[in-house]
Amino acid sequence: MKKVLGNKAAIALFVVPALILYTALVMVPVIWSLYYSLFSGSPGLKWEFVGIKNYLDLFRDKNFRNALMVNFKYISVVTVGQVGLGLLLALMFKFWLKHCKSFVRTLVFFPVVLPTVAVGQLFAKIYEIQPHYGLLNSFLSAVGLQDLVQPWIGQESTALWALCVMDIWVAMGFYSVIFYGALLDISDDILEAAHIDGASGFNLFRRILLPLLRPMIITSLVFSFSGTVKMFESALALTKGGPGAATKSLSMYMYDVSFTFNKVGYGSVIAIVIFLICVCGSAIINKFDVRDD
Amino acid sequence: MTMRKVKGGLRGFIIVLICMIEIYPLFWMLTASLKQQHEWSENPAYALNKGFYVQNYADAWTRGNMAVFFKNSLITTLISLVFIVIFSVTVGFAVTKMQWKLRKAVAKYFTFGIMIPVAVALIPLFQIYNKAHLLNTRACLILTYIAFGLSLSIYLVQGYLRSFPDDIMEAAVIDGCGIYKMMWHIVVPLMKNAIVTVLVLQFFFKWNDLLFSMTFISDSSLKTIQTGLLYFSDEFGSKNWGAIFASVSMSVFPMLILYTVLNKKLMEGMMAGAVKG
Repeated sequence: MKKVLGNKAAIALFVVPALILYTALVMVPVIWSLYYSLFSGSPGLKWEFVGIKNYLDLFRDKNFRNALMVNFKYISVVTVGQVGLGLLLALMFKFWLKHCKSFVRTLVFFPVVLPTVAVGQLFAKIYEIQPHYGLLNSFLSAVGLQDLVQPWIGQESTALWALCVMDIWVAMGFYSVIFYGALLDISDDILEAAHIDGASGFNLFRRILLPLLRPMIITSLVFSFSGTVKMFESALALTKGGPGAATKSLSMYMYDVSFTFNKVGYGSVIAIVIFLICVCGSAIINKFDVRDD
Repeated sequence: MTMRKVKGGLRGFIIVLICMIEIYPLFWMLTASLKQQHEWSENPAYALNKGFYVQNYADAWTRGNMAVFFKNSLITTLISLVFIVIFSVTVGFAVTKMQWKLRKAVAKYFTFGIMIPVAVALIPLFQIYNKAHLLNTRACLILTYIAFGLSLSIYLVQGYLRSFPDDIMEAAVIDGCGIYKMMWHIVVPLMKNAIVTVLVLQFFFKWNDLLFSMTFISDSSLKTIQTGLLYFSDEFGSKNWGAIFASVSMSVFPMLILYTVLNKKLMEGMMAGAVKG
């Protein structure tokens, strides 16, 4: 047994190819980004060592600050929306739904599997105002709310929220399925005991379910957070970052800076900021898990 | 009594409403993809299609190049999936079940990748492929897909393998199985569920990729379905709505069919993975 499982040649064969690929294409580029961030221009074109100047520029860069704000708004709304509504749906499935549980569960998961760009195109048409009203505006005008008809993704005041709604729509089914699984694991005895003690409704949720679901909620928050920090595909597909820079995220700004304006060094600094936000954010969320135990 | 009935009715109504919210946009997309151009200006957007104008699909497939994009996406996705599965099973097995010094460290090293946003590696990768003359090839997409699919897949496989019974392996060894024979005949067949979960999850991720393919591929004959869709909508602009809906529907339905078929396995795999994670 030991001899077979300690077979050095087999271990090397199993691990080394993947290790090389992963190191070369994931880890090396991450470290390389750090190195790039100390240069200005792009390799082969005005490529000069500037030290931490790029980092200092960041603080004075209005576009960067805007992208950071957009990203923060998006992260907070979408993370809370996805996880919160997912939890709410799961509770409904558990306590309200008597029949067709698995049918409903399958149904709400549908949007999760759709390609992001396709969803973006679909919602672009839903929010459309020109040349014809899209789905939303045509509904509004049909029920007599003509005043609410507006270019949902064509104006700065609503574009980001329209994007958030889309991304919450896409993912809430995913979280509801995860939470539903966790709810099924809670034994009926506990719920019954709570009932006998007079807990019901919101009290039951707060005192019994919430503590039991907490690890799941933390995991979901981390998952949703690391997904929303990236904010790129859906925004590109729905609004292309516009109007103006109303939905331009850090990733999109990084992409513009390094590939459109060819400032690879400066782009790398933004990439590193994204990485840091991702690591710190997850660490902070995880902190909530330990404190109360 | 009536109070309870009202309550029940209200609850039923809310659930139906939620299902409507999740499903109706997809239904609308389907009807919209079958509308003729003039229906858009004559009827409100929510109206059902008058007939079945299948020409939209033909337009998208040929004039919109969807056929090409589909082929490209299939090739890159399938090849990278094969390697992701092989690597995640072998590495996952080596770091959980085999005996060597660095296994814990290597496992941690791979897991770390889950945290890395792809945007961070994008710029150096572009430079590497540029130098290696790999830009605008399928190879660079496939390599990147494999490398970025490893962390999560290995993590999932590890989760499954931890509860994998050692006695079965022991019995196999006593019967004279070598390591390779044991992997192929004992371990892989018993890990079917884990493999399906990895396959389906990674299929969704790779099929969905936009960032890598739009950065590395500018040749429109090599574009994948996601970049193709973006490009297509720019090309046809706001004019040909029917064709846009047809192309969107075409990219959506393979996923929906795949999901409906594998629904049970995926749900089980996700819940199991989630509980352990």
